[in-house]
Amino acid sequence: MRHLLIALAAFVPLAGIASAEAATLDDVMARGTVSCGVHTGLLGYAAPDNAGRWAGFDVDYCRALAAAIFNDADAVTFSPLSASERFTALQGTSVDLLARITTWTMSRDTTLGLNFAAVNYFDGQGFLVRRADGFTSAADLNGGSICVQTGTTTELNVTDFFAANNMTFNPVVFERIDEATAAYESGRCDAYTSDASGLYGTRLTLASPGDHMVLSDVISKEPLSLAVRQGDDQWFDIVKWLHNALLNAEELGVTSENVDEMLNSENVNIRRLLGTEGTFGESIGLSNAWAYQAIKLVGNYGEIFDRNLGAGSPIGIARGLNALWTNGGLQYALPIR
Amino acid sequence: MTSVAELTGREPVKRPPESRPPRARVTGDAIRALLIQLIAAGAVIALLVWLGVNTATNLRRQGIASGFDFLGERAGFRISQTLIPYTPDSTFFQAFLVGLTNTLFVAALGILFATIIGFAVGIARLSRNWLLARLGTLYVELIRNIPLLVFLLFLYKAVLAFLPGPRQGYELPLGANLNIRGLFVPRPIAEPGLMMTAIAVLVAIVAAILFYGWADRWRRETGRQLPVGWIAAAILLGIPALVFYATGSPVAFSYPTLQGLNFTGGLDIYPEFLALLIGLSVYTASFIAEVVRGGILAVSRGQREAASALGLRPGTTMRLVIVPQAVRVIIPPMTNQYLNLTKNSSLAVAVGYPDLVSVFSQTVLSLTGQAIEVVAIMMGVYLALSILTSVLMNWFNARVALVER
Repeated sequence: MRHLLIALAAFVPLAGIASAEAATLDDVMARGTVSCGVHTGLLGYAAPDNAGRWAGFDVDYCRALAAAIFNDADAVTFSPLSASERFTALQGTSVDLLARITTWTMSRDTTLGLNFAAVNYFDGQGFLVRRADGFTSAADLNGGSICVQTGTTTELNVTDFFAANNMTFNPVVFERIDEATAAYESGRCDAYTSDASGLYGTRLTLASPGDHMVLSDVISKEPLSLAVRQGDDQWFDIVKWLHNALLNAEELGVTSENVDEMLNSENVNIRRLLGTEGTFGESIGLSNAWAYQAIKLVGNYGEIFDRNLGAGSPIGIARGLNALWTNGGLQYALPIR
Repeated sequence: MTSVAELTGREPVKRPPESRPPRARVTGDAIRALLIQLIAAGAVIALLVWLGVNTATNLRRQGIASGFDFLGERAGFRISQTLIPYTPDSTFFQAFLVGLTNTLFVAALGILFATIIGFAVGIARLSRNWLLARLGTLYVELIRNIPLLVFLLFLYKAVLAFLPGPRQGYELPLGANLNIRGLFVPRPIAEPGLMMTAIAVLVAIVAAILFYGWADRWRRETGRQLPVGWIAAAILLGIPALVFYATGSPVAFSYPTLQGLNFTGGLDIYPEFLALLIGLSVYTASFIAEVVRGGILAVSRGQREAASALGLRPGTTMRLVIVPQAVRVIIPPMTNQYLNLTKNSSLAVAVGYPDLVSVFSQTVLSLTGQAIEVVAIMMGVYLALSILTSVLMNWFNARVALVER
């Protein structure tokens, strides 16, 4: 029945009288909160913390966006979405930003009526297995059963990978990630497959994380990205430049702690970023302090990464591909000027 | 269905031809009513067309793909349990057919088992045996008060928790093996000559029907009753079995063997399927039991007393007097239960069984992103299934309905 409701939710606005060109920023301003589509519960990306507050890497992007617009990191309405619900929710205007570990692919970009604004995490698909089974590579999984969550690129990747290596497997497909991992944990499957970063978080939620490990094999490219509705260039620019502002902040050494001192900086790049020079914020419909507010209240890219996924979190993922380009990673901040 | 009329050898009385009610005269009121109806219908159709056109326009404007062309594209994903040939190279439409057959399969078996269990429990609740009646009550009250989704998840987790890994699986007779990957049974493989047995089955069915007709006439002429059921069963099983052995048992079996991580060679009945089938059957049976109990109680006491006054034994009374009348009361609510079971099978997605919802409205929807088309197809399919079930049950209902004289 839920699917019917989603379809209706998508259908009603689509069927409505052709409204004026969608102005998401105006709607958000009028509403007073950013409506953000996040994962239903994946440690490190989007999950309630001990105090019952949404926390995670994707969640912090929602908060940074709210901070840039309202100077209030809590002005966010979170919509937990399953993998198969997410695009419909974005098309149907029930969320303004989809920050939900969504892989940027050409077909999604061109046929779903959405635009990907930025890759906020470079990931790849991996396998979670039991240590006791003695698997050392994905090739050992030939003929095995693999638990997978439906509605993701992972279903296709794992099929392609096994076919390319002349191997077979039995998929056991679940709608929800917790059902898929519970089936894996019970021994129904030899492996659970998903994006590698998600596997580290999932591993920690199992009864005895030490008995499980993530295979080093990565079988796909998963550029996890922020998505917005197609047809609203201003909103697209806001999200794109928010990501770049957070990256620039890390590159320039601006953190949530020193951002106030940095307001007095002589460095012209920092002055442009924080709005003490130029009118970059106004050019996207915000105040010139937009990046200052986001950095002050949420932190720069490195802080967000460390807090949720990296050294400062229980998950402890290395920066790897997500290090700044200056440190050999792929995160390259487009210049604000 | 045998009835009292047949038992006593009397032909049922023919119904008199129905007299038609006098045709209403066309008046001003009738014309006005017709006009209002036409205007209302026109408005509804116009609204639907407007919605459709607007949706199509807006989808195009937003750059969202629409239309049903995606059905012919390569699916690219695997499905674990298929009744029809399917590979990742098949199209989305074939994936749809796989989901549909899986749904139909579990729904058909579920209806069969739910009916058997439901009848048994419903009759048990009416039993004079105190323990049996209380057990029936306990079953109904326990099962029908649990939400089905919770029940399914519980069953699935219970099944998974109880079964051992593939290397420690339970060895069952005939080379079967039960473990957490499923129930593996030998797969029968047809060999040349099996056609003769198939023909024998057809011959046996025709023979059984002929015998039944002859036995009926013979009973009417002589008043003596043959054990029709036993003889028919002997014909139905005996002839094919004889031919099967005479042609040298033309069936081989491929036995499941543990190879690498999994069993291969046998027929795999997956735990997801077992959990769903057991859950749907047991759950719906608790409602069917109440329907059956109500139907039997609806037959008036006088019928039973009259039957025993005629000298019928309790078993014969139940079979020839009570049940044929109870069925008339049972059929309509039973139809509801069958429809519920079919629709409830869409909860399969929670326990990992690849039914229509799981394959089509989850995987295919998210791979293509065409929510409106996919959901429209889904609604169409469930509507068609439900209407088909309804039509069949209504036809059956009309056949057994009480003919008023």
